Amino acid sequence: MNKKKSIFQLLTEKPWETDQIEADNDHEGRTVNITKQKLGLRTIMAASTVLFSLFIVAYSDRMLVNDWRNMPEPWLLWFNTGILILSSIVFHQTTKYAEKEIFDKTKNCLYLIGFLAYSFLIGQLIVWYQLINTGYYATSNVANAFFYLFTTIHGLHIIGGIYFWGKTTSKFIKRSLKKEDINNLIDICAVYWHFLLAVWLVLFGLMLSS
Amino acid sequence: MIVALSIFLITIGSIAFHFWSPWWWTEVASNWGNMDDTILLTFWITGAVFVAICFFVAYCVWKFSYKKERRAEYKPEDKKLESRLTWATAIGVAALLAPGLVVWNQYVTVPENAYKVEVFAYQWGWKYRLPGKDNILGKTDIKYINDDNPFGLILEDPNGKDDLLVDADELHVLKDRPVKFELRTIDVLHNFYVPQFRGKMDMVPGIITYYWLTPTRVGDFEVLCAEYCGTGHYAMRGRVIVDEEKDYKKWEAKQITFEKMLAKSQNNDNLQLVKKDK
Amino acid sequence: MSDENDHKLEAKSDYVADAPSVSTPDIDAVPEAELPDQELYHSHSWWTTYVFSQDAKYIGIQYALTAIGTGLLGLVLSWLMRIQLAFPGLGWLEPSSYYQFVTMHGMIMVVYLLTALFLGGFGNLLIPLMCGARDMAFPYVNMLSYWAFVVAVLVLLASFFVPGGPTGAGWTLYPPQAITAGTPGYNGGIILMLISLILFVAGFTMGGLNYIITVLQLRARGMTLMRMPLTIWGIFTATVLAMFAFPALLVGCLMMTLDSLLGTSFFMPAMVSLGETLTHEGGSPILFQHLFWFFGHPEVYIVALPAFGIVSDLLSVHSRKTIFGYRMMVWAIVGIGALSFFVWAHHMYVSGMNPWFGFFFATTTLIIAVPTAIKVYNWILTLWRGNIQLSLPMLFSLGFIVTFLNGGLTGLFLGNVTVDVPLSDTYFVVAHFHMVMGIAPILVIFGAIYHWYPLITGRMMDETLGKIHFWITFLGSYAIYFPMHYQGFVGVPRRYFEIYDSPYIDTSTLLLNKFITIAVLIVGAAQLLFLYNLFASARLGKKSEKNPWKANSLEWQTPQMPPEHGNWGKELPKVYRWPYDFSVPGAKEDYIPQNQPPSEIIGAKVEKT
Repeated sequence: MNKKKSIFQLLTEKPWETDQIEADNDHEGRTVNITKQKLGLRTIMAASTVLFSLFIVAYSDRMLVNDWRNMPEPWLLWFNTGILILSSIVFHQTTKYAEKEIFDKTKNCLYLIGFLAYSFLIGQLIVWYQLINTGYYATSNVANAFFYLFTTIHGLHIIGGIYFWGKTTSKFIKRSLKKEDINNLIDICAVYWHFLLAVWLVLFGLMLSS
Repeated sequence: MIVALSIFLITIGSIAFHFWSPWWWTEVASNWGNMDDTILLTFWITGAVFVAICFFVAYCVWKFSYKKERRAEYKPEDKKLESRLTWATAIGVAALLAPGLVVWNQYVTVPENAYKVEVFAYQWGWKYRLPGKDNILGKTDIKYINDDNPFGLILEDPNGKDDLLVDADELHVLKDRPVKFELRTIDVLHNFYVPQFRGKMDMVPGIITYYWLTPTRVGDFEVLCAEYCGTGHYAMRGRVIVDEEKDYKKWEAKQITFEKMLAKSQNNDNLQLVKKDK
Repeated sequence: MSDENDHKLEAKSDYVADAPSVSTPDIDAVPEAELPDQELYHSHSWWTTYVFSQDAKYIGIQYALTAIGTGLLGLVLSWLMRIQLAFPGLGWLEPSSYYQFVTMHGMIMVVYLLTALFLGGFGNLLIPLMCGARDMAFPYVNMLSYWAFVVAVLVLLASFFVPGGPTGAGWTLYPPQAITAGTPGYNGGIILMLISLILFVAGFTMGGLNYIITVLQLRARGMTLMRMPLTIWGIFTATVLAMFAFPALLVGCLMMTLDSLLGTSFFMPAMVSLGETLTHEGGSPILFQHLFWFFGHPEVYIVALPAFGIVSDLLSVHSRKTIFGYRMMVWAIVGIGALSFFVWAHHMYVSGMNPWFGFFFATTTLIIAVPTAIKVYNWILTLWRGNIQLSLPMLFSLGFIVTFLNGGLTGLFLGNVTVDVPLSDTYFVVAHFHMVMGIAPILVIFGAIYHWYPLITGRMMDETLGKIHFWITFLGSYAIYFPMHYQGFVGVPRRYFEIYDSPYIDTSTLLLNKFITIAVLIVGAAQLLFLYNLFASARLGKKSEKNPWKANSLEWQTPQMPPEHGNWGKELPKVYRWPYDFSVPGAKEDYIPQNQPPSEIIGAKVEKT
């Protein structure tokens, strides 16, 4: 990447013209100056955002029908939200430790994140258990169905995150990668964690406000 | 040579097929002849483009076929030509769109003096309901549907009492009077379609959809379901008969009201409910 | 950029001005790569080489063969349906099997053949080669993508063997009909269909991630975005569309699965199904339609854009001429892609949605006709004053222009809201979409296979068989779908198992149906010829020279042909020009490969435009 160009400048280049040929010949062959893993994560996040946005659109549309009965919000959901916020903060800290190459602290932080992620999932399962026991089935009202659907899809995203957290942590502990590479991976996981927190806050806010 | 010739012949053949094949639309029987006009307009514009481009391709293939010693022209782009073509296309497209939107506006705006008919669809058949003397269709609900009340009229709604129920697949409509079809289905999607009327609208469970038309000639037309609705979709037919006033009255007189229908049935509770509400 | 490089640039800049005299090695200079070469996965066993391959070329071929195999099933299903339509007296199909075949035919052709073949097949094969990469960005994920596709296909096929058979809901799967008792396969087949689609979306997302990252980040040095062949632009834009459109299908499928399995009411309203009142309440069938077409309309372009791109390259190479209006072509691809998300409800003019949407969607739909028309103009202007070789790929490209033009123009009928009212849900629609997204893209696929076959196998496909195949396919399919429009005018509704007792339908319409069916059988049989050619030529075909079509793009410039693992031998290629330098004035040959250094082609002059 030689110079920053806007998308419009890029698309109006005339590749057959002499001046352009000269400028193009030493182009690196990359469009943006970040690692492929980071760009991959952004692509996935964009697709996920569309997915969740469509769920939200469906939710808002379905909400207007008069058979809608709101669900109670168990206090445990607030607790789980807290766990998620905490794990995001810890992950942010982890990237800083990793950057400064403080091995022990980074390692402990990574473990803590795993613990928090699992706690969040277990917490969500307990919420499900409570709701089902008090008669809020998915079939009894579509608001409940949306709640179970949202938490499932979000939970699956978390499980995907845990898989990559596991791979990253084991690579970090074995020290099998170069410093830049492992930091790159930790950064990516951290961004994903923040993304999932944001998604959860939006979904939770939506369910609270309706 | 063969290639150029066949593209040329395909184009000529398409034109010939268009003008001389026996397959064309049925004679229109409603006020929506202007839909046919929009189709014709589209035909002329797109047909001209089709012929022009195909001839151009055929000419190029014939004229510029491969010769080893010849070189193709080197011309990456021609801004002027491209912008002219873009504008010409935009104008052509606008010429198609504008009349289309005008007619659509008419299609979705029901005239004040239209009388209402409910078309009732189920898997797989048609029934109809007329508003009766008070000109108001009584409210309905899926929960009320049972053997005695096949249309699911809400018993407590007084407007439903005098509704005429046509428990058959044949509907009569008046010639030269605008009619608004209120479309209701109790199960899956259907679509009330009479080819000669041109109009069409899906019927969606949970909501009432509509469209309107003015029949313009007396006749007996077949009703088809035009939205796939399961195994019996192809057999879901009915009839619409366009009548002059006199014949229409005769037919109307034969239909029974909701109240009478309940009276005929064994279950008197329903009837009590309707009467009491009066 | 360092100062040293600036220097070299200056030296290079005058090579065109007084070209014949200058021939310093400097003009080829390109600064050293700052990025490390890609690490590759090297297979160790037969299994990891041929089955669980991580080489994009193999994955592409695997994708293509699986898709073609599934597509053959779709073809056979279409035969069975057409025989029923032409000879209803035979009584050899039940209505329920007819509807199951209609559904499976539609879904297989749109998703499992066309989408998988264009993006999975051609995407995997061509992206790394045309961009000058060694492989995809994430080869392992790429392999998973293919196997997810295989599982999706198997689940789909399994639905033929469950009680009740595959779903007969129509490929649009509209609820409530898709999951209620009046439709064949409403409790078994539909679930497998939905699961299969969910798997397909998951698999595709993994593949799509690869295509996007590879195109954006792993191109050869000198390969700017505006030097990419239009094939890559088409596949890339289609992939981006798919990444944003498939989530809508996923949402629809997930919610419908729950409606069916758990009895929730996302899409299911209160209803009486065949006399039985169901427990659902309040759901909105139209919501599903919006979700479906928010995926479904971009899906049309997911199939069309790669075809646009590929056909542009075929036309350019085989008429030995620069593609006309490259920039306009790129803008049209990107523009069509962006607009395709704002036109979905033109499938729903008579769906019962708020009729005022009709104004908006008719307008956006006709606007999208403008960039599409520009593409057609540019294709035919590429032919103008070209040097047209009537090779097989060129024949199929010409066939594409005629059929796509025809199908595109009938799109103007259906997109214009009023004109759509009498024509919607009739055979006019069937004829339109088969012409525009069935025949046209498939002709491109054939052209592309004839074109790139030597790259894959090192041999040419048989020309005579190919020509017979072309003429039968092209003329035959035109004979099938052109008259079919007129059945639509008559008012023959689609998805009718039989209709001939209707008073307004002339017996001649049945005659037309017979004609169409016979054409279908012949065209279908001609595909066997193609298959024979495809497999036999791999062993018997004439050995191909390197770069047999004298093309410029990178995939033909690999050190070995067919390219080996890692594609480029020791050193990655360097790109010095765009891929459309055909018939450059002053050059010795009528083509200049993208990686040919300027020092080797002195004398070529390019006019300013």
